[in-house]
Amino acid sequence: MGENSKSVLIIGAGIAGIQAALDLGDMGIKVYLIEKNPCIGGRMSQLDKTFPTLDCSICILAPKLSECYRHPNITLYTLSEVQKVEGKIGNFTVEVLKHARYVKEDACTNCGDCAAICPVRGVKNYFDADLKTQAAIFIPFPAAVPPVYMIDKDACVNLNYGICGLCAQNCGAEAIDLTQKDSVLTIDNVSAIIVATGLDLDENIAPLSHYGYGIYQNVVTAMEFERLICASGPQAGHLKRISDGVDPKKIAFLQCIDSRTQRAQKYCSAICCMYTTKEAMVAFEHNDELESYVFYIDMRAGGKGFQNFLGRGKDEYNIKYIKSKIAKVNVDENESPIIVYEDLDSGEIKQMTVDIVVLATCIIPTLGLDKLANILDIELNEYRYVKTDPFFPVETSKEGIFTCGCAREPMDIPRSVAEASGAAARAAEVIRGG
Amino acid sequence: MSEEEEEIRIGVFVCHCGSNIGGYIDCKSIAEWAKSLPHVVFTQDNLYTCSETGLAQIKKGVNENNLNRVIVASCTPRTHEPLFRSCIQEEGVNPYLFNFVNIRDQNTWVHQKEPEKAFEKAKELIAMGVAKAAKLEPLEKIIVDTTPTALVIGAGVAGITAALSMANQGFETHLVEKEAEIGGKLNILDKLYPTNQDASELLKSLKKRVNDNTNLTVYTSASVKSIEGFIGNFEIEIEQNGNVKELTIGVIIVAVGASLFTPTGLFNYDGQKRITQAELETLLKNNQVESSNVVMIQCVGSRIEERKYCSSVCCMVALKNALEIKERNPKANVTILFRDLYTPGTYYEDYYRRAREAGVIFIEYAPEKMPIVEDNQVRVHNEYLGQDILIPYDLVVLSTPLVSNEDNKDIAQMLKVPLEENGFFLEAHVKLRPMDFATDGVYICGSAKWPVDITESIAQGYAAASRASTIISHSTLEVEGATSSLPEYNRNLCTGCEVCITVCPYKAISKDENDEILIQQVLCKGCGVCGATCTNHAIVIRHFTDDQILSEILAFGGQYDGV
Repeated sequence: MGENSKSVLIIGAGIAGIQAALDLGDMGIKVYLIEKNPCIGGRMSQLDKTFPTLDCSICILAPKLSECYRHPNITLYTLSEVQKVEGKIGNFTVEVLKHARYVKEDACTNCGDCAAICPVRGVKNYFDADLKTQAAIFIPFPAAVPPVYMIDKDACVNLNYGICGLCAQNCGAEAIDLTQKDSVLTIDNVSAIIVATGLDLDENIAPLSHYGYGIYQNVVTAMEFERLICASGPQAGHLKRISDGVDPKKIAFLQCIDSRTQRAQKYCSAICCMYTTKEAMVAFEHNDELESYVFYIDMRAGGKGFQNFLGRGKDEYNIKYIKSKIAKVNVDENESPIIVYEDLDSGEIKQMTVDIVVLATCIIPTLGLDKLANILDIELNEYRYVKTDPFFPVETSKEGIFTCGCAREPMDIPRSVAEASGAAARAAEVIRGG
Repeated sequence: MSEEEEEIRIGVFVCHCGSNIGGYIDCKSIAEWAKSLPHVVFTQDNLYTCSETGLAQIKKGVNENNLNRVIVASCTPRTHEPLFRSCIQEEGVNPYLFNFVNIRDQNTWVHQKEPEKAFEKAKELIAMGVAKAAKLEPLEKIIVDTTPTALVIGAGVAGITAALSMANQGFETHLVEKEAEIGGKLNILDKLYPTNQDASELLKSLKKRVNDNTNLTVYTSASVKSIEGFIGNFEIEIEQNGNVKELTIGVIIVAVGASLFTPTGLFNYDGQKRITQAELETLLKNNQVESSNVVMIQCVGSRIEERKYCSSVCCMVALKNALEIKERNPKANVTILFRDLYTPGTYYEDYYRRAREAGVIFIEYAPEKMPIVEDNQVRVHNEYLGQDILIPYDLVVLSTPLVSNEDNKDIAQMLKVPLEENGFFLEAHVKLRPMDFATDGVYICGSAKWPVDITESIAQGYAAASRASTIISHSTLEVEGATSSLPEYNRNLCTGCEVCITVCPYKAISKDENDEILIQQVLCKGCGVCGATCTNHAIVIRHFTDDQILSEILAFGGQYDGV
């Protein structure tokens, strides 16, 4: 059987899955790219800028999204999940459940007329960390790929009560299909599978409430903050306090929230020290009177250019780093958070009042990875990430199934990209008989 | 150019780039205004021109208005020019009839505080872009054959991994190592974290896989003498035992690793009682560690003014060796003096916890008050206690960084690739092209790029193999068409002065057997240095001709050719 009839199936179309798909596609190998969300790009597409170069995230990512979408060797299935896998290395058969989008992908022109007329409002947009609302028919963000609307089936009044249907009447392209059903696709002759399911964030309100999250308006998670400072986010990049819309003067970034602790996750999320510094820099770019305080345990900045980046943070962006342990977050009468902490340098218990608190919440394996691991028959480690051997970093416990990026451990973008290429090489070896 | 003059029909697309541009200047009114420029028959503003929606709008614009020149005024050609070029190509327009106008990086980003002036500047830039677009000529990319062979320089764990993957994909692969043995740092290590298996086990299994692979040729005690040619067709000379072997190679992977730093003059280093972690590894390997009071000092020679970076592997190395000492002699006192303990991720943080549980003592120090190694004790100031702590020792172990190899610059010069400020190799893009060089067909992995441990070296070795494979999986490839040329009609202008040969940074220009100037198109990057220095204006830089550049200057002054 020729190379052309064999394929690689990649689960997850964040930056890791995209890189693996592009490498394999460029080698001339057929790729199926499966994404559970309505669009590709993953976490990276939600970021404003990236460390340590301060490149605009979507600007460097968008060409890759388009390349992936247009690549002749890559078949993309969004709103899709793997539900059954049979066979073994060299010849898997994979069943994919494709959820109804209720909008025809090949017909939608992304004009937005449907959303304009949709009577349902106030549906939270997951892409904007629920900080922005939208209609029941929506596109996650303007540069989304595929550039196709979808209907939130829980919010749509037609799908729930059989009334309305205004979007279908208003669509000039006749792209709306309110009768669309979930479908099951069977993909044969899959030589190798790459698990690139990425990360989620631990945003359970209960443990975070210890830091005032969910109680005080001006305590936000780092992902929410990322959207708040993003040029395309809910505040158009100009950061304001949620409680009163006032420009903040002082921000506290609390590190290791529910990580490196016996109480929650024991491990280190690996990227928070750096993204926090970046977030403080971006916020400062919009407001040069801003003071930022980073409350940390160990500053973990081992990657290329990271120490220089911290130096720039201190020298040019008014960021101060305090080695500390956080005891509690309270608020004063202005809803300004008060941080109670132990200064680990002096051993003293101190307090600081700030305008906004940002919590670097723990990175966790993507929700649903347990179920997927069962389907794939691969092992997870004690932290519920995909289990790998330190000296076979992209191999799972099952032959022919590879992994990369945050599916196996928290890591930054360059490392995810490198591992994705690494997994692609291993998959290519399988296809080419090595 | 053809004799029939086709009517020039230019379309201008102005991108908001979210609020990156649109937040500062009124893109809609700029698009409206651009309609007034000569040859412009269609204009539009887009929220993100690079999105699928934006690209569809360009295509629609081209089709409905018969556009034969397209301008996008947006972010930067660095990331987006290829996308827009292929977009118009799909609609049958030659990709070189696309012109990029940079109104974000070079305008709204740098003039955020002067939006009115930025608005005027954007108009000027677009006017210039339109003037140039009218003069653009279609060009063709050059197709070259590729040789399906790979060269890997350096046979440490990254290089071996890369070479094995290329060979397993069926490519004839050549692995060159300057030392007598392959394996790199695995040869000097005792155990490997975080499993604490013997380094020799991994080395043995790698060697077996190398020996068993029929597509892989290994050259030890060898070096790459010269590299000529270009992507898909490098001509390489390998020297081994005084013999020179010549090879034609499609792609090259650099995996030369990094060097150990000797802390001469730091913390009374003497190589006996005060040694480095690497020296400790040798002692552990030979079972020669008898010390019962060991003090390790982190960040020795790194995270300081002259070497600012964190070497990222030393904390884990210290933990591993501390655990090893404790395992062999549970009564030994092992103290680690550190600044920030670097154990990111899941298993490494576990490992740190294991060391604490094994009784390793951790004391933090600040760079302002460095530990002092005295004859038999180490004095370290602890801010938390507010006083000095005295720790007796019979062995001090200094955790020193990995530093770049001395000969990196020779390799960099041969390959025409850059090094960063610490002498490590500099990749094409730190974020999204971590294994590529800006020079096509050359890739990087392992500690040659930045200090990394074995797990990461293995992942990067595979990664470089993947990137290299994307090139030689095909029998041909396309290279840039906007290159330097000496057109026939200008041959009489060439005086043969050879200035162009001297200035070309890519060695793309030479003289042929008839003593005539020959420009190797595949090597030329179109930088334009030869054209700018040509004493008689004989050399033409395609896509940046004198005529095209002059038209931009005239447009800046409000003058339009032929209008």
